[in-house]
Amino acid sequence: MQKSGLIHLWINGEDHALAVPAQRTLLEALRYDLGLTGSKQGCDKGDCGACTVLAAPRGSTARGEAILACITLAIDAQDLAITTIEGLAGPSGLDPVQRAFADCGALQCGFCQPGMMLSARALLDRTPLPTLPQIQEALSGNLCRCTGYTKIYEAVQVAAGLRAPSQRAPVQSERAAASDSKAQTVTEIVP
Amino acid sequence: MSIGSRFPKSDGVAKADGSGLYTDDIALPRMLHAKILRSPHAHARIRKIDVSATEGYPGVVATLVGAELPAKYGVIPWTHDETALAVEKVRFVGDEVACVAAVDERTAEEALKLIKVDYEVLPAVLTPEDALQHPEIKVNEKAKVGNITKHVNLMFGEVEAAIASSAAVVRETYRYAGSTHVPIEPHCAVARMDADGNLTLWSSTQIPHYVQRELSRVLGVPQSKVRVIQPLLGGAFGGKSDPFSLEFCVAKLAMKTGRPVKILFTREEVFYAHRGRHPMTMDVTVALDRDGRISAVDNRILIDGGAYASFGMITAYYAGQLLTGPYRFGTYRFDSYRMYTNKPPCGPKRGHGSVQPRFGFEVALDEAAEKLGIDPVEVRRRNFIGEFVETVNGQKITSNGFLKCLELVERASGWKERHGKLGPGRGLGVAGSMYISGTAYPVYPNEMPQSGVLVKLDRSGRVTIFSGASDIGQGVNTLLCQIAAEELHCDPRDVTVVAADTDLTPVDLGAYSSRVTFMVGNAAREACRKLAEKLQAAGGQSFAEACQRAEAAEGAPLAGTGGYRTQKLGGDYRGGTIGASPAYSFTAHVAEVSVDEETGIWKVARIWAAHDCGKALNPTLVEGQIEGSVYMGAAEAQMEEMVYDQKGLLFGPSLLDYRIPTSLDTPDLESYIVESNDPGGPYGAKEAGEGPLHPAIPAIANAIHDACGIRIRELPFYPQRILKLLRQRDATRAGERAAS
Repeated sequence: MQKSGLIHLWINGEDHALAVPAQRTLLEALRYDLGLTGSKQGCDKGDCGACTVLAAPRGSTARGEAILACITLAIDAQDLAITTIEGLAGPSGLDPVQRAFADCGALQCGFCQPGMMLSARALLDRTPLPTLPQIQEALSGNLCRCTGYTKIYEAVQVAAGLRAPSQRAPVQSERAAASDSKAQTVTEIVP
Repeated sequence: MSIGSRFPKSDGVAKADGSGLYTDDIALPRMLHAKILRSPHAHARIRKIDVSATEGYPGVVATLVGAELPAKYGVIPWTHDETALAVEKVRFVGDEVACVAAVDERTAEEALKLIKVDYEVLPAVLTPEDALQHPEIKVNEKAKVGNITKHVNLMFGEVEAAIASSAAVVRETYRYAGSTHVPIEPHCAVARMDADGNLTLWSSTQIPHYVQRELSRVLGVPQSKVRVIQPLLGGAFGGKSDPFSLEFCVAKLAMKTGRPVKILFTREEVFYAHRGRHPMTMDVTVALDRDGRISAVDNRILIDGGAYASFGMITAYYAGQLLTGPYRFGTYRFDSYRMYTNKPPCGPKRGHGSVQPRFGFEVALDEAAEKLGIDPVEVRRRNFIGEFVETVNGQKITSNGFLKCLELVERASGWKERHGKLGPGRGLGVAGSMYISGTAYPVYPNEMPQSGVLVKLDRSGRVTIFSGASDIGQGVNTLLCQIAAEELHCDPRDVTVVAADTDLTPVDLGAYSSRVTFMVGNAAREACRKLAEKLQAAGGQSFAEACQRAEAAEGAPLAGTGGYRTQKLGGDYRGGTIGASPAYSFTAHVAEVSVDEETGIWKVARIWAAHDCGKALNPTLVEGQIEGSVYMGAAEAQMEEMVYDQKGLLFGPSLLDYRIPTSLDTPDLESYIVESNDPGGPYGAKEAGEGPLHPAIPAIANAIHDACGIRIRELPFYPQRILKLLRQRDATRAGERAAS
């Protein structure tokens, strides 16, 4: 049981005062103290990117760069304006990145997705029309285990207005002639 | 039409805006946090556990040791061989020993350091070879003989005679490395017990029903008082299809303390929970006749199982039973041993048991075809088994779109113009595979449906589907919305799915063996069709009006149920039902690689993957399954391996040391859907989630051969292994030049 101290965090345009122990990470503060559970913990060591949030100097109008909340101390985040996934959608609804991820099937389990989308948002804020290698580079700190990344690239391109979602049609197979394959006599060799 | 459309995922917005709740997002009033103490030894007897120092430690509320939960459990009823916390013995570095519940996680973790465990260290067996040679070192007492979890030895036809009369025979040893699932969400469980003795468990599981059964047995709580709920699940891939120690620990601690308890595994603990790909050493023989037809296949397989059985009894069968398509085998034998060793338990990773032998076989087939001068695509086409046929081991194949898959990847990759002609260091390779769409029987024998669905219609026009199925990201909840829309002619956005809650939903056995689309889909279609008849009879201007008129006619709320159960399937011999599936999916891949001959560093440029899923109920979701599978297969070829030191310590149980591909490591993936319209599948559908992984590894190995003339037979294909083979190749070539 540790001693706590009062800190101030600026999250999604709101000021939060909270008492946390010195070693409380920004991710823990978001998830467990502020109920902002959209930021995910996948490794707690800065390896997977699921906890990615955007950070800019406090007072800045930009959303800023992607940082890892699990290796940032809450105390050290006091000078920052933080945007979490809960703050990405605006008054007019989902951010184009969120909409494109949903439309393109860029998510499966969805666990890496908040961090992935925030990295994509940071990319599009600085490079509105990214090339595929730029997308791959920008997302390389966010591990996804479900998709093979293909539909994630597609979603980022769709969000940037560079393409429409994939529409490749399935191909019908023709009925094949029956072969002469049949079951063989089985011998069970018991040790 | 709703079926076949690219309807966006029903949970897409909840996942996009961060509002969707996963297990660790649940926080209950007065909730405690628990941590588990783990073994530092690969094999040791526990003389004594002393938890007294934790008592009175500020913030600690309760402790738990193995003696309090002595009942053995396991997902397969015949191999109950593990306990929630060690009783008498620990069997691998990381095995669970004791558990502490406290007011917060850090306090629980500090309290673990106060527990004193007196170990008598025992000799450990760390390889399946050692496990065979040292039966006197008993890893797990469940093994009847030595350290054997399961031995299967089956022969179909006269293999030796067929080999003797064959034109080309390849006999080689192939080694498949162990790898693990790495869902980005670590395992998490929360339990609460109310004053009436009702236990609720929220868990990141893909088998709520089996967890409910095992919790009831181990805790001695009637099954009717155990409720298991699966919240949103952050990836599974087979890694969450066993009951796990944390589920029993939080439940027991909730019972002891009267307070809710949560355990969230660290990433390191997820590596110890494991249940990943079994390492296999395979002595493969493939024999072809003069025309390149497969006359015999023989495979002797040694499987490294780890400390507990998990699904291992099935693994020993799957390693042989699932190889017998898409090609016709003249004769076939497999002899597999699944061994206990003092390492984290292996289990079902995507493509359970059959990815490893598929690698050995598809590479050996390439080698044999090369001896006869037959093109690798041609030898696969020539051996196509056909549709509506029986395999050599008595499995019934229904629809089979493999030829179309092969044709698509052959054309898309420019095979005819490019194979063998890309110049030094670049090459193309091909491979095919088959996989099950569910298994013929549940893990515990019973006559009840393997999947049940209940559909309720509200007079507002809202449709609610109650389904026990686990959406693990594959999108079954979305498919249920689409099926309801297709049958009832409603808007799929007007459908609510209540899923994977054992109090509320009919039983579905879980998300494993690629059974969900096939079985849940059939059950849902049946339930919806019953209601559609009533709506049609009722008439009405709108869907809501039809619901109202039908409810008036019925004089009771409108609900329909559907169930699915497989027919009796499989060969008439012991184990003949294992691997028997109502339908099989088929896949073909072509991989393109480049190899730097100076360094051995190689890269997959692109993989073209075509998969016969019967019917794509939602092409976007099917493509996602194909691409995710191919990525995961390529990763096993490229970089993934569970490596242990000589004392059984796992090297680097973190995502920094156990590398999985980032966006920069993943090849370009081109997915093609083939539809063969299976007569038994819902709307013709078969599986898509596991089959497409299989050919990636052998296709890459065969492409490396095309690029530089070497045969790599051991995973992962590390550059240093490639380099060693290149040097051997150069030495052989120099020798041949000198001789001539």
